Amino acid sequence: MSVRQGLFAMTLASVLALVISPASSQTLRYANQGDLKSLDPYSLNESTTHAHLGHVYQGLTARDKDLKIIPALAESWETPEPTRWRFHLRKGVKFHNGDPFTADDVVFSADRVRNKNSNMQTRLAPNVKVVKVDDYTVDFILPSPNPILHSAWDVWYIMDKKWAEENKAVEPTPVSATSPSYASLHENGTGPFIIESHQPGVKTVFKANPNYWGKMEGNLKEIIFTPIASDATRVAALLSGEVDVIEPVPIQDISRVDSSSNAQVLKAPELRTIFIGFDQTRDELLYSNIKGKNPFKDVRVREAFYKAIDIELIKTRVMRGLSTPSALMIAPELFALSKDFTRPKLDPDGAKKLLTEAGYPDGFEVTMDCPNDRYVNDAAICQAVVGMLARIGVKINLLAQPKAQYFAKVLKQGGYQTSFYMLGWTPSTMDSHNVMYDIMGCRNDPKSSRGEANLGGYCNKEFDAITDKVLVETDTAKRNQLIKQAYEISIKDWAYIPLHQQALAWGVSKKVNLPQRADNLVMFHWATKQE
Amino acid sequence: MLAFTLRRAVQAIGVMFAVGIIAFSMFRFAGDPVNQIVSIDTSAAEREAVRKSLGLDDPVPVQFVRYFADAAQFKFGVSYQFRQPVSTLLMERMPATLELAICATVLAMVFGILMGVYSALRRDTVLAKLFQAVSLIGISLPTFLIGILLIYLFAVILGWLPSFGRGEVVKLGWWTTGLLTLSGLKALIMPSITLGLFQMTLIMRLVRAEMLEVLRTDYIRFARARGLTTRAIHFGHALKNTLIPVITVAGLQFGSVIAFSIITETVFQWPGMGLLFVQAVQNVDIPIMAAYLLMVSLIFVTINLVVDILYTVVDPRLRSTFGRAV
Repeated sequence: MSVRQGLFAMTLASVLALVISPASSQTLRYANQGDLKSLDPYSLNESTTHAHLGHVYQGLTARDKDLKIIPALAESWETPEPTRWRFHLRKGVKFHNGDPFTADDVVFSADRVRNKNSNMQTRLAPNVKVVKVDDYTVDFILPSPNPILHSAWDVWYIMDKKWAEENKAVEPTPVSATSPSYASLHENGTGPFIIESHQPGVKTVFKANPNYWGKMEGNLKEIIFTPIASDATRVAALLSGEVDVIEPVPIQDISRVDSSSNAQVLKAPELRTIFIGFDQTRDELLYSNIKGKNPFKDVRVREAFYKAIDIELIKTRVMRGLSTPSALMIAPELFALSKDFTRPKLDPDGAKKLLTEAGYPDGFEVTMDCPNDRYVNDAAICQAVVGMLARIGVKINLLAQPKAQYFAKVLKQGGYQTSFYMLGWTPSTMDSHNVMYDIMGCRNDPKSSRGEANLGGYCNKEFDAITDKVLVETDTAKRNQLIKQAYEISIKDWAYIPLHQQALAWGVSKKVNLPQRADNLVMFHWATKQE
Repeated sequence: MLAFTLRRAVQAIGVMFAVGIIAFSMFRFAGDPVNQIVSIDTSAAEREAVRKSLGLDDPVPVQFVRYFADAAQFKFGVSYQFRQPVSTLLMERMPATLELAICATVLAMVFGILMGVYSALRRDTVLAKLFQAVSLIGISLPTFLIGILLIYLFAVILGWLPSFGRGEVVKLGWWTTGLLTLSGLKALIMPSITLGLFQMTLIMRLVRAEMLEVLRTDYIRFARARGLTTRAIHFGHALKNTLIPVITVAGLQFGSVIAFSIITETVFQWPGMGLLFVQAVQNVDIPIMAAYLLMVSLIFVTINLVVDILYTVVDPRLRSTFGRAV
């Protein structure tokens, strides 16, 4: 007996001895659901990657905490003519290896970002000429005016020409490459942090850049990033104090984190709009019991669907209060006149009447395509929609699939194989034109990229004409009026059912002060941590 | 003996080939990898170019032949997500998985045998009944639940052990080990228990049953009659004869420990091959998925082969049978 007790005591003692050592001051540990796959800033157009690399690389412009465009590597810019933008570069900036930053690097980055292997080609149109005026001045010459040329440049990161040439990284790594390029495993930016070590999928260590040209607002000396894919483990790591920041916090764990003594959840509406779309082009739906005609071509059917969906119920029951119902296809933060729009009221009886008028008194059957691992509670939202439409007699067969299968089916490459679907969209330019062109524009011209993500094929020529005017209108007030006009047309057409903006949820230790940006980019140069 | 080994090796290649065919045809249904590579606002023309550059446009038989020709030379292609050769990625992740699997197996063997022997010899004590109860938990609770419970108790509530990762690792050539640092050892405790609990239960029950069986045999009675000490009878004779099936099972289970580490690695964010595989499945990273499946089947086939050969070493009676059969 005594031997056993002794053994037990020893075991206990040795376990107790293994108490976690406290994290050192100003080292911030961060866990995200996703990986940092490549350090090449042009290899993946995805917001988590942009956020990570935004610590080491910088663009000509940046966005502040409220998403306002502010100078970064360019000190200022002007448009002497509507088709010519002149950028004045910041002097005295050095890349991490000591190379000076000049106009040559901007011209080089402009070529590289438009290279065929780049995943960021949308940042700069191929017909824009980039001309070096002197070492610290660059002109962008456009074929036609574009008031939002620089709107997505905060994540078009500038690379060092000399470094790229020395390390054979002039082109981004092609997808079919058999070995990673130097730039995908090393960085050389101008930003406030330097990547000290990078093990893809395991751990990345950022150290503060002692020679940073600007003044860093935060006080961090080191950031240690680990991907933690499992929701429960990520939350446990935050609660136990092993990491200071996690993104995202799963909805069901938010109250658990908020009730803990050492962490809290930062919440805000995200810029992504979740919406529902209809197939409005085919003469007969692919997945429906109505043969010979397409019920969604009838505007009354679309209106009925819209009015049957109880968005407040989705908000309170499915999203646990963490969503902002939306009247537009763009987040209110991104369109100045969005206050002029309100969501039509829920009206199941009116919806039923509309269906009867349209010739479907007993409703009909249609399949709904829905991802189940892409957006917050995506499959649950679709299930709720199924129930709500059942009340007006429409029978929805729900096909909720993982994103890999879902996108393969519904996108252009899959032949837009859907009759009724749910999708989310964040305009990469933070501007309405992207929404109007990519997801609401007609897709009948095979030579144009207009409407490529318009899975249901909504088409209104009048709408498209306004979209084209919006592209070249440089007067902000006039431009906003045009956008408003376009949205009014699409609402009259009941083109889409916008649902909501889902909420951002970052789990943050109470020792850390971190501003939350609505585009979900976790930026640590603003973060402070106290011991 | 040589002929036997050769024949088994040929069979092993056949098994590998079959696994390859099944795996390859499964990937047809895994989704379109191009969607995982590019962002949603990428134009259709760009997507087409990516598709072409990956060779996904070729007919399926062409892709299949190309894949096997490369695999035979240990070329598994480049990961779509990481743009790194799959073999490099697997080699980087292998030490983590093997270290975890070995620790779990050692843990399972040591505690399984000790608990098994104890509950066979002192069947009616409280402790023996407790062991039986624990073994029931080990058999019935799913791995991920055990992992999450351990994390909740030891990391969140007590704060003794880290909830994720490998801690600090030391590089020894291409091998990385967490066994040489305190944080590495701490990080190893919970994943090893989670992964090894099922094997431990299995071994404990096996040892207990075998031990009870052996204790009833004639030679034990004879040993008793000769007046040998209890200790000599139990550990010198009974336990030794119990261990043969235990070693067989533990050996065969080592393969499944590696394969099942997928779940444990996901729960603990253990940077091993299993985690790499799960991430690959989510991102339709076909090169990694294919290489992993082939590698796991190689491990299984190799272990089986080794166990078969070891049988003949351990039990000379089997040797003649094989000799005749060949």
